[in-house]
Amino acid sequence: MSKDRRFGRPVRTAASLLACGVLLLATACSAGSTAAGSRPEGPGDSLAIGLTAEPSNLDFTKTEGAAVPQALLYNVYENLVKLDQRGRIRPALATSWDLSKDRRTYTFHLTKNAKFSNGAPFTAEDAKFSIERVIPKWTVALKAPMGVVDHVRAVSRDELKVTLKRPSNDWLYRMTTRVGAMFSRTGTDKLATDPVGTGPYEVKRWNRGDSITLARRPGYWGRAPHFDTVTLKYFKDPTAMNNALLTGTIDVIGAMQSPDSLYRFENNPKYRVIEGSTNGEVMLSLNNGSGPMKSGKARQAVRYAIDHKALVDTCWGGRGKLIGSMVPPTDPWYQDLTDMYPYDRAKAKRLLKESGEAGRTLRLRIPTLPYAAACGTVVKSQLEQAGFKVELDQLEFPAAWLTTVFKNADYDMTIMSHVEPRDMTAVFGSKDYYTRYDSPAFRKLLAKADEGSQKEQITSMRAAARTLSKDAAADWLFLLPNLMVADADITGLPVNSVTESLDLTGLSRSGSSHPAGSADRS
Amino acid sequence: MIVRLLQRIAILVASLFVSSVVVFAFMAVLPGDPARVALGVSASDSAVAGLREQFGLDRPLVDQYLGWMHDIVTFDLGDSYISHTPIGPQLADRLLVTLWLVGTAMVIACIVAVPLGTLMAVRHRKPSGLVLSAVSQVGVAVPAFLAGILMITVFAVGLGWLPANGWTPPVDDPVLFLKQLLMPALSLGLVQAAVLTRYVRSSVLDVLREDYLRTARAKGLRPMQALVRHGLRNASVPVVTVLALQLATLLVGAVVIERVFVIPGLGSLLLDSVANRDLIVVQDVVMIIAVAVLLVNFLVDLAYLLIDPRLRVRG
Repeated sequence: MSKDRRFGRPVRTAASLLACGVLLLATACSAGSTAAGSRPEGPGDSLAIGLTAEPSNLDFTKTEGAAVPQALLYNVYENLVKLDQRGRIRPALATSWDLSKDRRTYTFHLTKNAKFSNGAPFTAEDAKFSIERVIPKWTVALKAPMGVVDHVRAVSRDELKVTLKRPSNDWLYRMTTRVGAMFSRTGTDKLATDPVGTGPYEVKRWNRGDSITLARRPGYWGRAPHFDTVTLKYFKDPTAMNNALLTGTIDVIGAMQSPDSLYRFENNPKYRVIEGSTNGEVMLSLNNGSGPMKSGKARQAVRYAIDHKALVDTCWGGRGKLIGSMVPPTDPWYQDLTDMYPYDRAKAKRLLKESGEAGRTLRLRIPTLPYAAACGTVVKSQLEQAGFKVELDQLEFPAAWLTTVFKNADYDMTIMSHVEPRDMTAVFGSKDYYTRYDSPAFRKLLAKADEGSQKEQITSMRAAARTLSKDAAADWLFLLPNLMVADADITGLPVNSVTESLDLTGLSRSGSSHPAGSADRS
Repeated sequence: MIVRLLQRIAILVASLFVSSVVVFAFMAVLPGDPARVALGVSASDSAVAGLREQFGLDRPLVDQYLGWMHDIVTFDLGDSYISHTPIGPQLADRLLVTLWLVGTAMVIACIVAVPLGTLMAVRHRKPSGLVLSAVSQVGVAVPAFLAGILMITVFAVGLGWLPANGWTPPVDDPVLFLKQLLMPALSLGLVQAAVLTRYVRSSVLDVLREDYLRTARAKGLRPMQALVRHGLRNASVPVVTVLALQLATLLVGAVVIERVFVIPGLGSLLLDSVANRDLIVVQDVVMIIAVAVLLVNFLVDLAYLLIDPRLRVRG
């Protein structure tokens, strides 16, 4: 007994400390490893921007989604041509370009001074390599428009000729998006973690689950950006992002996901609220291929039944432009088509009765996304007031929504924001897409637009958008606004989100002597 | 003793096996095709089929399970479906963050609960003891995330004393690290403390009724002296058990707290991976948590064997 006691005492003492001590010790011992970081310190030369979707890796040649090009395009990678805030194509790595008479051959004159972040000079051979690599090596669906390239020739170190199989206006436009990004022939080994581009910034540090830090490259060929480092910080929760701006952890909210909370920043001189436009058409997609929405009259009834103004006021804080078709105002062929189906409940009721679909229940299957969740119930109630029967399902996004609605088209209506630029062709140009819209006349207009002169392109695209709207192929609820909130002294924020890129090159702090400070367009 | 030990080890191995099967089965029935999520909205069916083959999702479930077990046992977790980067180092980074959070919360819980619970026991008939008891009852009922949101509203947004969210490793900036750790660890720890306080109280109350404490008093020790010298050590045994069992609750609480305070720990990784259908990562994270809980319970069992001689003899 006494032996037991002598032996037992220290053991027992140790055991009583076990739970408190072991965990602390274990963690303290391994403190040398780095797990995550925060905003770098330094007055005036660093910036932190809050964003919502973190990239899963840094390789946009193999990864879908908007998060990777948002962070890297125009900042780390550059293109031969880029889009400006008004949606016009501008020189970038190509200082100018010519188009042959048959509209098939583009000759690009490239800058002589650009260098990749791995030290290699940028030449026409790299441009040829980058363009030729898209179709065989990329796995994302967005690569398809590059299929129109017939062959590419590096005429000299700074002259590149690209010949297309047929004339295509869309091709030059796509060269401003991720498929036009220029890669180094010696820098494509580790795209998922170590991107190599000619841009003003390079990826300095990536703390998974938290942030990506971009650092200014010394010796960049163009105008050097103002900020030494820009940290992109990722938030899943809009409240946490708002709090981060309120407490100074970040300087800018890059994309406001909760318009209802804007009141916390408006009328406060410390902050500036910026509202521009995006390419995100929030669409009440209708299944044109099967079910009750196959009937044109039923679809028209839907369009008359929805009071768009009231809807935007209720579910997106009244912010968001009404468009009436698949074209945002920053595209050259934009026209206001909102008066094509003005809100008219009596007419909706009549059309529904005439369609013979009045008794059937519509399955409104919405993804678990903020705008869809907010607007789904409003759509349901407006449709029911016009005599529709609507059953509302929430499908988890992306997995469940992708399988049920997108792949199997097992739905009557859904709500989805189509954010890809100039996506009318992609969403309605093929009868196999989930909208199941099938119109040879519409496709003919698209083809004509692509091959014709710029003027013909605008005329035909306008006609196509009108056809789409007239057929009530879908209902366009509103265009997502580009809502940003920033510290009042931040200038040069891209007001309109017209590209896939969050262009950081023009950002500055007012009061600084740096020339980039003059780039404010807001 | 040896037989007892072997028994405990057998139970541990069996529990690990059962949890792994359950985790795997849940992933298998989860709707949504990881390959389609990875390839995005416009991928062709052939591309999806190709990726399914590459992920091994077309193999029989038993094969997939055995493959996963092999990866775990050899500590080579392979690459993520979605990020195409190795899972192992990422898990280690995230685990470290969560351990800091949970460890600090545990320490806070102990520091608060032991003196408070003792005080409540000693004064259990006095008004002050009753008030403390009521307060701890409220603490038990408050979820950790609510405590976190309240703290953010008051101390970060309102007073501006502490950052509302974020995480910095201690080696980068120890001061900022502590500032960022304080609120999440407090919101987890204080709720734990409320639970723990009640166990400390009842455990100390039991000890107070023991004969040896009366003997100690009879030797001339004042009540508090007697309790500290002879009582607390005995009272600590059931408390340690509860502490270990609460680890599971704490880890689950951490998942939510990490989201509220934007901390890149295991919980955030779990939620992101579920959303992305990165099932391999989900499986691995849930398994880590299961292993941690089972292992701590095993260690507590072992501690009993060491502490309580009767268990050894009767074995």
